[in-house]
Amino acid sequence: MTDTANSGPQPGRHLDIPKVTKDLIVTALIATAIFGSTIAFRTVSAAGGLRLEVRYDVAFYVIAAVVVGRLLLWLFFWSKPAGTSAVEMPTSIKSGVAKISAKVGKGFAPTMLIFALVFPFLPFTDRYLLDLSILILTYVMLGWGLNIVVGLAGLLDLGYVAFYAIGAYSYALLAQYFGFSFWMCLPLAGILAAFWGIILGFPVLRLRGDYLAIVTLAFGEIIRIVLLNWYQFTGGPDGLSGIPRPSFFGLEFTRREGGFADFFGLDYSSIHRIVFMYFLILALALLTNFVTNRLRRLPIGRAWEALREDEIACRSLGLNTTSVKLTAFAIGGMFAGFAGSFFATRQGFISPESFTFIESALILAIVVLGGMGSQVGVVIASIAMIGGFEIFREAEQFRMLIFGLAMVVIMIWRPRGLISTRIPSIFLKEKKAVSADMVAQGEGH
Amino acid sequence: MTHHVDDPVLTVEHLNMRFGGLLAVDDLSFDVGRSDITALIGPNGAGKTTVFNCITGFYKPTEGRITALHEGGAKFLLERMDDFKIPKVAKVARTFQNIRLFGGMTVLENLMVGQHNPLMLASNYTFGGIFGLSGYKKAEKVAVELAKYWMEQTGLTARADDAAGDLPYGEQRKLEIARAMCTKPKLLCLDEPAAGLNPRESDELNKLLLFIRKERDTGVLLIEHDMNVVMGISDHIIVLDYGKKIADGTPEEIRNDASVIAAYLGVADDEVEEVEHEIEEGASS
Repeated sequence: MTDTANSGPQPGRHLDIPKVTKDLIVTALIATAIFGSTIAFRTVSAAGGLRLEVRYDVAFYVIAAVVVGRLLLWLFFWSKPAGTSAVEMPTSIKSGVAKISAKVGKGFAPTMLIFALVFPFLPFTDRYLLDLSILILTYVMLGWGLNIVVGLAGLLDLGYVAFYAIGAYSYALLAQYFGFSFWMCLPLAGILAAFWGIILGFPVLRLRGDYLAIVTLAFGEIIRIVLLNWYQFTGGPDGLSGIPRPSFFGLEFTRREGGFADFFGLDYSSIHRIVFMYFLILALALLTNFVTNRLRRLPIGRAWEALREDEIACRSLGLNTTSVKLTAFAIGGMFAGFAGSFFATRQGFISPESFTFIESALILAIVVLGGMGSQVGVVIASIAMIGGFEIFREAEQFRMLIFGLAMVVIMIWRPRGLISTRIPSIFLKEKKAVSADMVAQGEGH
Repeated sequence: MTHHVDDPVLTVEHLNMRFGGLLAVDDLSFDVGRSDITALIGPNGAGKTTVFNCITGFYKPTEGRITALHEGGAKFLLERMDDFKIPKVAKVARTFQNIRLFGGMTVLENLMVGQHNPLMLASNYTFGGIFGLSGYKKAEKVAVELAKYWMEQTGLTARADDAAGDLPYGEQRKLEIARAMCTKPKLLCLDEPAAGLNPRESDELNKLLLFIRKERDTGVLLIEHDMNVVMGISDHIIVLDYGKKIADGTPEEIRNDASVIAAYLGVADDEVEEVEHEIEEGASS
């Protein structure tokens, strides 16, 4: 009896032949449209110019592979009997990841911090890795800054790079015209960027959603174009060079006597300054994180989150939403200003080229990918985005393709970002994470 | 006719609200007593929520004057104030017909946002709070105590650390009232607080409102369709129809008012007497 029960096709596991055939034909057509043009034809440089090489066979194999792959999916995954989940694999992975991340979650942030502190002294750390981590930390800081505006206050800001530019140019210009040092300019750059945050804030107070996004996008472009065209003052497209380097409590990183290496009796090495820069940006980023975490527990931080949840309810409770929005823009802008002046001093040269829209988009992508409002998420996303960008440097022109594909996959897998739960700012008995389904996304999403 | 109120917390005089060609509120005047529960009732589209939005500053009235009066004699002209200043300065708080909670924040956090203004002051507009000055810590403790007090009164203590969006509907209604009470209002305006509540929850709401009036010395103005709530707890009822006040008095007076019955049952004006007669007959038999 048991034999007969097990033999033959399982009940309900059957293929809907016409449906599958239709699907495969559509697949073949789409694959032909994509690969027919990109793979079947290739230009080769030959004597006297370009020659078109036709590779129908290669294109055919690729298309066939796609169709066979789709057929295999139909045979082994999509033909499950009704009632069982069609996407069983991903859900099991999902719950597994949730379990692991819950375990890892607690220790993750301290581990990362310790790793970040000892990183420059590890044996495998070289100049390249240090430079890369400085870059990653800059984006971590920018991500944390933008997180205040987008993640907490829920105001979609597509022109965040403007504040980064303001910070960078503030330092460069103050140093050039008045000879101010880095340490003097750092707070000034922050204050100026915060001030511009308020200037941006005023016109967008009444705007919601898409309109808010468009105006902030325009603001970013206006700042860049002013920098580009105000030749006498900003140097226009030539940029500003010879930006002074920061000193370590008055000690310059030079070979000369009285420099850092000389003072501590070390042999001069250019890596000293890089390590110093690393710790400088690490300290600035941690300051951003510390201040943001602190602000979240203060009435202002709760007001930001309340604004993201429901603006009308805020006003009905006596919150002045105007000042709530302006403080979010100002404080978010301030941290970008700090990061900007660090960028200027690290590069020694800045030009409007560095502050294009793609930078804003990258920072926003980090915040969204990390999970809006999540501090740890921003770190993971920055490492993935900036580090991933470097890993795939070999892939040359396919880099953006891989990158885009990865983003799409992650957004399908975790639509609310990698870390999508919200930790309450205050609790009575037990700190319970709030699931992303409850948390509003604010304006412009 | 106007019901006489000895000590009003809110007076509305000749309020007009026009939207294009529509006169939503037409020369409306009424008083709300300091320790009364006042109900604003009327058929759908009578302009009740518009009146609420005028009082709480979400609409600027076309004409008229709305005054909030505090015990000390302080007067606030609400029609001239920014909407956020009405709860902050004039101490008139409100809830919404479609509940507006901060769904992603916990119950406790919702109640803390309700106390934003005193906390902001205590944190020296963030500058004191960020350096952890003791003044803010004390103020936060006091705020948590007030939040706890209201959670106890509304039966939400057990859910203090749950997201507001996770609560069942009836508890969300209560939380919204608790949050409004955290602003320490002199007048609490409730827009259909019993909508969607089951009879048990609606009884609990009655008790809560009576408690607020008695213990917290707060006037309550509510819009309500649930006659169990309206007739059960109101001291004073105002009836609107097509933006006009058609009756104003105690529940007993309203229950027997012919024009109210006509407005609710849809009787033509010339038949009102007939209906009145029928009611009298019904009452005597």
